[in-house]
Amino acid sequence: MSNGTTHDLIIIGSGPTGYTAAIYAARAGLAPLVLAGSVTAGGALMNTTEVENFPGFPDGIMGPELMENLQKQAEKFGATIEWDDATSVDLTGPVKTVETGGGETYRARAVILALGSAYRELGLDNEKRLSGRGVSWCATCDGFFFRDKPIAVVGGGDSAVEEATFLTRFGSSVTMIHRRDSLRASKIMADRAAADPKLDFAWNSEVLDIQGDEQVTGLVLRDTVTGQTRELEVSGLFVAIGHEPRTDLVRGQVDLDENGYILVEGRSTRTNLEGVFAAGDVVDHVYRQAITAAGAGCSAALDAQAFLASL
Amino acid sequence: MSEHTVTATDANFEDVVLKAEGPVIVDVWADWCGPCLQIAPIIDELAREYSGRVTFAKLDADDNPASTARYGITAIPTLLVLRDGELQETIHGARPKRDLVDHVEAVLAAG
Repeated sequence: MSNGTTHDLIIIGSGPTGYTAAIYAARAGLAPLVLAGSVTAGGALMNTTEVENFPGFPDGIMGPELMENLQKQAEKFGATIEWDDATSVDLTGPVKTVETGGGETYRARAVILALGSAYRELGLDNEKRLSGRGVSWCATCDGFFFRDKPIAVVGGGDSAVEEATFLTRFGSSVTMIHRRDSLRASKIMADRAAADPKLDFAWNSEVLDIQGDEQVTGLVLRDTVTGQTRELEVSGLFVAIGHEPRTDLVRGQVDLDENGYILVEGRSTRTNLEGVFAAGDVVDHVYRQAITAAGAGCSAALDAQAFLASL
Repeated sequence: MSEHTVTATDANFEDVVLKAEGPVIVDVWADWCGPCLQIAPIIDELAREYSGRVTFAKLDADDNPASTARYGITAIPTLLVLRDGELQETIHGARPKRDLVDHVEAVLAAG
């Protein structure tokens, strides 16, 4: 289906990047259409609890509440939000088309790709099989089910520490498994983890295998220094080893780097395609914060605005 | 909660789910689970669209440990697909509506 309208701007994605781009573009009078996603609307912050470091909220704010605020702010200025998924795009011509899972075809002169990232998987055979049976990527969703049971978290960054700290409310023990001998997390998070009496650490360790028939019963760990293996009895394994950019939608049209992130021109958000802009986690593999994503969304809206004004 | 879904609990699980006529889809959720809240409107829509043919029940994981333990649930959102009290399928994680429609149609066709 298509009603033939060509929009000025379509924004694909509804995390801090997508919604901030929508706020700026809407205030500029571009009446952007936001394809927010049918089940992933709000992006990664929907799976977090308290966000302590987003400027302007001295008492912190819950991730889902922050996203709802951003959505309302975008709608207030005239952004239209569709709860649908972009399933294919043609971004090469002067009029871009976006087809959705809901069967719609949308057209626009400019597109902002705020596609975000997906959880990275360990890549073990038993990981998929035991997903939902003890292997999880969402501590806030699933931690509850591991009350008084041994839990492991694999990863060493801020997200891993946040998950592990959260999980100490439930688990009989929480073990952080990390390939190196110190955390990669920010100092405040690493200090918090080190001071937490309920957290144990398996340093220099990687997960070689996940055991269990119906439910996870344990892990096989390999020492990254000595190569020795050992078993760790756990009922839950939470995977927090980073993210992969969600670029399958635009592969073959938009230039990507060797890791699959979208390449942009200099400090702008311009991709190799005229009128196509990209920002947030789909570009940034360094900073990856809600506030940097929001800032990049602003840049993308300004770049798109300048492009549309030049037509 | 929508007018088209029913609320399942540990206390009424037998009557509302196991003895129900036709297929039942139990949405196991909790208010602290972001993806559960994201799919809630989809479940409501399906409940409305399949009203009279498929029962959609909402089970709050927080308050109903016996039911979640019975099905070994360790992750939400989870959808339990049942017919005549027998578990037909377990669907883990948030899925787009069109995927869920396929599952609903499959359980209807099987009956």
